[in-house]
Amino acid sequence: MTFEDIFSKLSQKFPQGILGKEETKPDASIKVDPLAIHDILKYLRDELNFETLHMVSGVDYPALSALCVVYHPGSYTHKMIVPLKVYLPRTDEAKVESVTDLFKAANWHERETYDMFGIQFLNHPDPRRILCPEDWVGFPLRKDYVTPDYYNGMPVPLYFEDGAPTKEGAH
Amino acid sequence: MGPGDNVVMTTMDDVLNWGRSNSLWPLTFGLACCAIEMMATGAADYDLERFGCGVFRATPRQADLMIVAGTVTLKMASRIRMLYEQMPDPKWVISMGSCSNKGGPYWQEGYHVLKGVDRVIPVDIYVPGCPPRPETLIEAIMMLQKKIKVQEAALGPIGFARKQA
Amino acid sequence: MQTDTTHALTPSDNLKETLRTDDLLLNMGPQHPSTHGVLRVVVTTDGEIVKEAHPEIGYLHRCFEKHSENVDYIAVLPYVDRLDYLASMNNSMGYAIAIESLQGIEVPRRAEYIRVIISELQRIASHLMSYGTYGLDMGAFTAFMYGFRDREMILDIFESISGARLLYNYMWIGGTYRDITPEIVQKIKDFLVYFKPKVEEYNNLVTYNKIFLERTRNIGVIDLKTCHTYGLTGVMLRGAGLKWDLRKDHPYSIYKEVEFEVPVGTGQMGTLGDCWDRHIVRMKEMLQSVRIIEQLLDGIPEGPHRAKVGKVIKPPIGEAYSRTECPRGELGFYIISDGSGKPYRVRCKSPCFMNISTLNELSQGVMVADLIATIGSLDIVLGEVDR
Repeated sequence: MTFEDIFSKLSQKFPQGILGKEETKPDASIKVDPLAIHDILKYLRDELNFETLHMVSGVDYPALSALCVVYHPGSYTHKMIVPLKVYLPRTDEAKVESVTDLFKAANWHERETYDMFGIQFLNHPDPRRILCPEDWVGFPLRKDYVTPDYYNGMPVPLYFEDGAPTKEGAH
Repeated sequence: MGPGDNVVMTTMDDVLNWGRSNSLWPLTFGLACCAIEMMATGAADYDLERFGCGVFRATPRQADLMIVAGTVTLKMASRIRMLYEQMPDPKWVISMGSCSNKGGPYWQEGYHVLKGVDRVIPVDIYVPGCPPRPETLIEAIMMLQKKIKVQEAALGPIGFARKQA
Repeated sequence: MQTDTTHALTPSDNLKETLRTDDLLLNMGPQHPSTHGVLRVVVTTDGEIVKEAHPEIGYLHRCFEKHSENVDYIAVLPYVDRLDYLASMNNSMGYAIAIESLQGIEVPRRAEYIRVIISELQRIASHLMSYGTYGLDMGAFTAFMYGFRDREMILDIFESISGARLLYNYMWIGGTYRDITPEIVQKIKDFLVYFKPKVEEYNNLVTYNKIFLERTRNIGVIDLKTCHTYGLTGVMLRGAGLKWDLRKDHPYSIYKEVEFEVPVGTGQMGTLGDCWDRHIVRMKEMLQSVRIIEQLLDGIPEGPHRAKVGKVIKPPIGEAYSRTECPRGELGFYIISDGSGKPYRVRCKSPCFMNISTLNELSQGVMVADLIATIGSLDIVLGEVDR
């Protein structure tokens, strides 16, 4: 089975959910409606032998004012991976349904995507930060993220602009 | 002369420093890549035991040397401070590797990396390298032993007052 | 004569109230000798039985992905080395393959040979480390010493080709940093002659040891379905019985041309997919790596060791997901290029990240000591988990 076969099968089954192909090189991907991602992954798992989910990751596109969630379901039967992409608005309303009930691998990956990009996953069993501390502010992998000066009283940059290791009067 | 007739004349300082410097007990405290080199130093080829420094303790309450081996992150910094405070006096710290010295390769964009462990605990010896070779760590431990040997152990705040030349 | 025993044996409701037991919340780590780094596990125990074990990660989060977006393609390599610091060569090979597929660079044959030889040596070194530390976890200090002794020999070889002991920056995009000389080939041959009988010795010392067996068999059992839903790869998957190795099933580099077997767990000593199965798969893999290196050493073709690649790499706009078989599983790199000199996005799919996420599932209802056996058999490296 090839990428084209999977794409045609999916677009027959989900005419509303599949928004098109992204012909990027060397690996192409499929654009998916955010509301349909759960059903499509379920279909891939149950009908097309995609047993595992290798990765869920985020990408930030400030120029398009969009956030993107990329799913990499993998199949041991067909020996292939089909990337699925979901585009979300780049606001606080960036929400997509969690697929943790289908693949437990998604649990930590979705937590990390929330931690790094601020994308919320609805119905996630444990929606906390995973890598950064609980009281961290901001989403570090967004392109416009500014590193904080202090965290819990500890200076974060090596030197401040004036060359001093700490800022006077800050702490 | 029998075995009991020997008399050694020395000062209290020298006796205490001699004992302390030759029986350093490090804390088993690996953070990242440097920890592997620290383990290699303790293992077969380099044999840290030769310097009386190979008894790695798993709890800070039995250790008097902390080798900070690896990148210190902001999430970890408060735990390092707590571990340091749990160690009994006198205690020493070796900062092993560029990461714990000044952030190492992560100094520029490392939003979650503490740029130098000396921002949370005092450091005695800095070991450069990414990671330092085991020989470098052994050199650092020998330097620390020299440093301990000139401390005023019996007087003043234990372990921290330097003898005036 | 009749005595009223019923009253004495059943405690009254009042007594039940006062003897109520509580779950104990146990905090393991981040500083703990058996967590292999700065992992924290929040364990809920009922007496000596583990009810829940939730791993907390992030204590070594070194912002790899943020760094990669801010330096050029070649400068990412040193950071890639520091992900899984026990298998730097395999890591940087995976990253280099991703960039090469993105830009369409043809790697010279000689470079491919060197790469495969070196990465298989690194696999042996990594498994030796796993053998040593797992032995240490199970109380066998000798295993630790032996493992490190042999690992040092591999590190000597690496030092003579790259100049570094642990983090090499050796696999460059389009080839390798330096060529290998006949002396180094001889050194590798000498090592293989020395090392081959050692594996059996180590198996006799630890793997088939009665105490080790009792502590690892039937512990931490994972079946294939759980493997799939958690996205586990590498030794975890093979230990559970699936013959899946990217070097065979999705071959990259020159793995198509070499002969080797994929060892899988069989449940020989206990249940299929227990800690012992994972351990024996690692031990057998070392011998297979030796076999691969032996096939390649004599036939290294002449030619350049690096393709002609400019100092600045600017791949065309595109995306690539490449995966390679690292000692700990499938390491994937998802790279998005926007045509500039810096990657737009680099995402590392680390195998350990998935392996450690199963800990809660694996440790339901085991003893606290078995939790250590389970963590040890996962063979995690926190640098890769937290990135």
